[in-house]
Order: sequence, then C-alpha cells, then structure tokens
Amino acid sequence: MPARGQAVNAAVLHPQQGLAASGRRVRAMVRRHAYLLLKSWPRIISMAYYPTVTMVLWAFLTLYLQPTNSFLRDAPGFFIGAVLLWEVLFRGQLGVSLTFVEELYARNLANLFVSPLRLREFIAGQVAMSILRTLIGVGGACIFAWLLFRYAIFSMGFPLIAFFTLLIAFGWAIGLAVSALILRWGLGAEELAWAAIFLIAPVSGVYYPISVLPPSLQAIALAMPPAHVFEGMRALLLHGVLPWHSFWWALGLDAVYLAIGVLLFRAAIHHARDHGTLLQTGE
Amino acid sequence: MTNQPTLRTAGDPAIVVADLRKNYGEVQAVRGISFAIPRGSTTALLGGNGAGKTTTLSMLMGLLRPTAGSIEVLGEDMLRRRHRVLPRMNFTSPYVDLPKRLTVGENLRVFADLYGLVDPSGRIAELASQFELGDLLKRPYGQLSAGQRTRVSLAKALLNYPEVLLLDEPTASLDPDNGDRMRTYLEDYQRESHCTMLLASHNMGEVERMCSDVVMMRAGKVVDRGSPSDLVARYGRMDMEQVFLDIARGTGDIIPARPGAL
Repeated sequence: MPARGQAVNAAVLHPQQGLAASGRRVRAMVRRHAYLLLKSWPRIISMAYYPTVTMVLWAFLTLYLQPTNSFLRDAPGFFIGAVLLWEVLFRGQLGVSLTFVEELYARNLANLFVSPLRLREFIAGQVAMSILRTLIGVGGACIFAWLLFRYAIFSMGFPLIAFFTLLIAFGWAIGLAVSALILRWGLGAEELAWAAIFLIAPVSGVYYPISVLPPSLQAIALAMPPAHVFEGMRALLLHGVLPWHSFWWALGLDAVYLAIGVLLFRAAIHHARDHGTLLQTGE
Repeated sequence: MTNQPTLRTAGDPAIVVADLRKNYGEVQAVRGISFAIPRGSTTALLGGNGAGKTTTLSMLMGLLRPTAGSIEVLGEDMLRRRHRVLPRMNFTSPYVDLPKRLTVGENLRVFADLYGLVDPSGRIAELASQFELGDLLKRPYGQLSAGQRTRVSLAKALLNYPEVLLLDEPTASLDPDNGDRMRTYLEDYQRESHCTMLLASHNMGEVERMCSDVVMMRAGKVVDRGSPSDLVARYGRMDMEQVFLDIARGTGDIIPARPGAL
C-alpha cells in the first residue's frame, strides 16, 4: 500500500506530487477550457473580431492624418502597433478573468477545489488560457494588418516580444485582481471583467505620450507598466532604439503588480473558504 | 465491477472530527460537534434543513474553513494538509454542477486528468458502462435530465477510486429504478473497495438500506447516534422516517444513547 498522501494505488493513479503531477493538472485545466473555446467557431471569430475592427479604424485614421502629420510620416505604423499591443493587454486580462467567470457560471469551483488541483495550478491554467486567447485574438488582427495595410508588427523584432510579455503579464495581474473582486462580490461584479482595464487606458499612453497628461496623472501613469511600454514603443519607432530603462521599469512594476494580483486572488479564495462561497457561487 | 483496486482497511477511523465549529457572524451553523467514522463503513449524516449537514460536509472536503476544531481524514489534518488526502477522496453535491457546455465525456476526461488517472479512457469507459452513460458521453452535460446529471456526478465522484466518499443527497433526482441501481452500485463499490462513505440524505429508506451508522444533527449539534435499527428501537418507532421526525422536531420519548456513543 502506498504511503499516506501518495496515490491510492500506483496502478490506477499517477503520483500526486512533483512537477509532472502539477503539469498534468494544469494541462487538465487547459483542456477543460480549450474544449469550450475550440469547439465554437463563433467564439473564436468574436475573439479576433474586435481587435481587427479596432485596428482597421486606426489604420484608416492613420491614412487620413499621415499626409499632414509629421509624427505619422516618421512612424507610419504607430497607431496600428499601439492598438495591437493594447489588445495584448486587454485580451491578456480578459483571458484570466473570463476563464474564472466561466467556472463560476458552471458552478464548478467546488469540484475543482476538492480535487488535487492547487491554487497555483489553477492560476497557471488561467494564464495558459490567457496566452491562447490573446494569440487567437491579436494574431487574427495582425494577419489582417498585413493583408490590408502591409503592416508587419513583427518588424519590431525582439522589442515586440518584450512589449508583448510585459503587457500580457500586467493583463494577468489585472485579471487576477478582477477575479478576486468577482469572487468576493459575486457575479454581479462580472462587468468588471470587461470594464476594469479601461480605467487605466487614459494613463497608459497608448495613443499619446504621457507628457500630455497633467503632472498628477503622469505620476500615476509611470507607476504602471503600460506607460513605460508604450513610451518605449514610441521611442523605438521614432529613433529605432529600445530605451532599456523603460523596459526595466515595466519589468519591475510587472513583478510588483503580479504579486499583488496573486495575493488578492489568494485572499479572495481564503475569504470564500471562510464564508462558504466556493460551494454556492454561481448563476 | 471490475478492475477495482483494493483499498486499505484498518482499525483507525477514516474521519475524525473533534469539537468542530462554524460561525457565520453571529450565526452558529455548527456548534462543537465530534464524531469518528470507522474505515469501510457507510454512515448517514442526518438532520432537517439548516441542521448543519452541508456545512459539516463542506468542512470535511476542505471547501469551508472551520471557526474552531479539527478534522482528520485518512490520518491527515484536513486543515493543514488537505492536498495530501484530496486525491484519495471525492464527493457529490446538489449544490455543485459540471460545465454544461462540455460533453459528459469531456467532463469526465478533465476530472480524470485532474486526479491523475493512469488510464483515463479505460476508467471512463468502465464507469460509462456501469452507470449506463455510453449514449450520453458525446452529449453536452447541460442537455441532460436531472437524473442523468446525477448519474454523471456519481461517475465523476468515483473516477479516482476514492477511499472516502462524501455524498450529499446522491440519489435525490433519480426515479426509484435509477435510485435503486445507484444504491446497488454504491453498495457494491463500498463492499469491494472498503471505501468509507458519509451520506447526507433525506431518504430514510436509503439510509436504512445502506448505512450501518447514523449521526443525527439538529441546530448545528450532534444530538444522537447509532445504527438505524438501534435508533428505531430506542425511539420506539417503526422506521427511520419516524425517528427522523422525532429528532428533527425535538419530540418523542428518547431513550438516551449509551455513554460514549456520540
């Protein structure tokens, strides 16, 4: 008979401890959400639809303004690049929040939390789904940007990978914080999943430099990673050089916000364990 | 039943609850209950609505943190080391669903992977055969009838060959025929695996048939305990239905349980 805490019977269950076991459980969570996502063409199309339409609007605005605007003459792909990177942040956050909301709607949280699944594995599953959703959503828009406007975001090279990573990581932090609020306040707070990110949009410097903001808002902007990323992108497009200080600032702030996001989510789960809402939250 | 792994049976109890309490603000949902459930037994946790059964089961599963007290399951402290024992237990509850847009087969596959089954497809096929789910495997869970969902939930609860099974109203939505099949299956599983079952039910016929022991709760306390026949005899009643009414309503001439029975 196996030792206590190990699988009941080695013939029927894999070992429950270690990286392999953790990876298997994360894969199970990805499988659970991928089943849902990939069997629905309307769902996949809708994920790429909004980023593509937004990108097309900004691309035509660029074409309209370019002849009279020196900035757009120097950096013609700026708005398209900006909108695509903003979508990375937005889709990254949605990927985490909506994956969680899906569990609440399904009244499935209790099943998951009495299984061997750990909280960190649950979060890893959310993050994996966020990457998948972002790649589908923004990837579709990138393809259309090339087909319609001959704009190749990949021409940014390595900095694009850095921008993508920094923004999606901040999206995860916001997504976890939003998930915590939804668990704490119930599905009545579901709208936060869609709306929360827009609270920081004005101070993210997506379409304009943060120097146009009042000083107090500039301070708020610089306390969050997106402003550093978009300032970095502007500098890259105009001068061809990635300002590394922006990169390091964004990276450090991401670490702080991710830690806060994880702690908030963990606190919400603890609160739910205290109040019995893991069993009762749902439609 | 085939391919059933034999689980450990031993003298020490499967579940030990000591002075367990749960308060929601001023409301005392569970008020210092203590009991031990022997390994390999089927025990009923009975009481009227609001007696504290679901709260107790939730704490046993680790879904709800007690205000005070301790819980040991299979020798592990559920409050500190629940992840060591969760792979060895499972549950069903009417308060919990499975994802409705996933098919039955997909749902079972996800949980088979979460529990780390070596042969998920084989186990799913085995359970599908035993619970007559073969025709339902490709249907979305949300399109099933209440009875069909109950069968799927029971199949999910048995995926990992649990050593401890917590069942909250396991046959509530089943017609008498399917209810009887499920009870027979659970009895067979219990007999062959020596699994420990704790069953919250309002079906007293089910309790008399399946359970060797009954823990009676009222207003968050354990108020009596014994085998169904023992309780029926001590309350001077014909069956558990009448005993339940006596205890839930606080009526009837109770002959005290033997010392140390609670």
